[in-house]
Amino acid sequence: MKANYGYKDGSGEYFITIDTDLCNSCGKCVEACPAGVLELAENELDPLEEDLVAIVSENHRKKIKYSCAPCKPSGETKVPPCVKACEPGAITHSW
Amino acid sequence: MSNAESDKEYWRWTETRYTNPDIKWEEGTIISAGVDVGSVSTQAVVMVDGEIYCYSSMRTGSNSPDSANNAMEWALEGTGLSLDKIEYVVGTGYGRVNVPFSKRAITEIACHARGANFIYGPEIRTVLDMGGQDCKAIRCDQRGKVVSFLMNDKCAAGTGRGMEVFADLLQVHINDVGEMSLQVKEEPEPVSSTCVVFAKSEAVGLLREGWPKEKVLAAYCAAMAHRVVTLLLRLGIEEKFAITGGIAKNIGVVKRIEDELKLKAPEPSIDPQIAGAIGAALFAKALAEKQRKSG
Repeated sequence: MKANYGYKDGSGEYFITIDTDLCNSCGKCVEACPAGVLELAENELDPLEEDLVAIVSENHRKKIKYSCAPCKPSGETKVPPCVKACEPGAITHSW
Repeated sequence: MSNAESDKEYWRWTETRYTNPDIKWEEGTIISAGVDVGSVSTQAVVMVDGEIYCYSSMRTGSNSPDSANNAMEWALEGTGLSLDKIEYVVGTGYGRVNVPFSKRAITEIACHARGANFIYGPEIRTVLDMGGQDCKAIRCDQRGKVVSFLMNDKCAAGTGRGMEVFADLLQVHINDVGEMSLQVKEEPEPVSSTCVVFAKSEAVGLLREGWPKEKVLAAYCAAMAHRVVTLLLRLGIEEKFAITGGIAKNIGVVKRIEDELKLKAPEPSIDPQIAGAIGAALFAKALAEKQRKSG
């Protein structure tokens, strides 16, 4: 399942997509994120499943443009640490 | 409240309750319930062995636990069934953690997908839930399990609350808004602001220019439809496509979404506003079964 967390506003689209079928619950992205945006939790969209998956924590969902900004220097394309840390490649950013 | 006073509340939609006369709860094996405490409306659905037994749909007050209690009480009214006989209750919606008698809270995204699957059938792959305060585009599989989703909860554009503001502004009852917006000979330009507050100012301007109510409503319904269509297109649409939530009952918005997507949304057999609570009650049934097995 692809979980899109984020929003669209006048300045652009800001979504972090986590593919829960790829996520292996290793938690490396949680450690890698300097802003504490990610966490491991029960998959809230598949309540009958008990495995933990990475999610974007509730209090960051409406401000990830700002939470993620330190990892996104302008003018250069850098792979954010969460994406780099994810071995199965479950995390993608829309911007 | 006197009638004269309530007549002025154009935004006030009709609260409903229903009991299925063909079901006797005494004969059921599993009685489960779902309570969807939304930002604008609260629904309680009681299911007997996975079939709807009774439900209620009413306005959410300022207090979530009270709203949940009231909705449940009203749903059970006159059925002889009491809360302690319900094996498992799942809470969903904005106030899901505030349902005092629920055993579990499940996000409304999962519940709406499951509910749409129940209402419209297993062919549904894309669900648009137009709620009171946010709008979600959900893709699901044949069992109603979420495959991907996208949510707009940053602003009130494309939501029931926005429609309430317009009903109030134009003094047209909320139940008649959709029908009235279709009574235009030619579709006007959609309102350009997506923000409800700015759209309202824009509408006031249009009224001053002498636009009739129908035309202003048409412009707003078109703007709302366009706004949610962009959300759907970002997620990608797979047929069949269905709409849940209160706005699903607004023909003016539904028709414009259909026209823009060139797709037809099926007619709901059950009130689409209770889809979330139906999903919650179905999850409650599954969780009750799981509990019985392990216990």
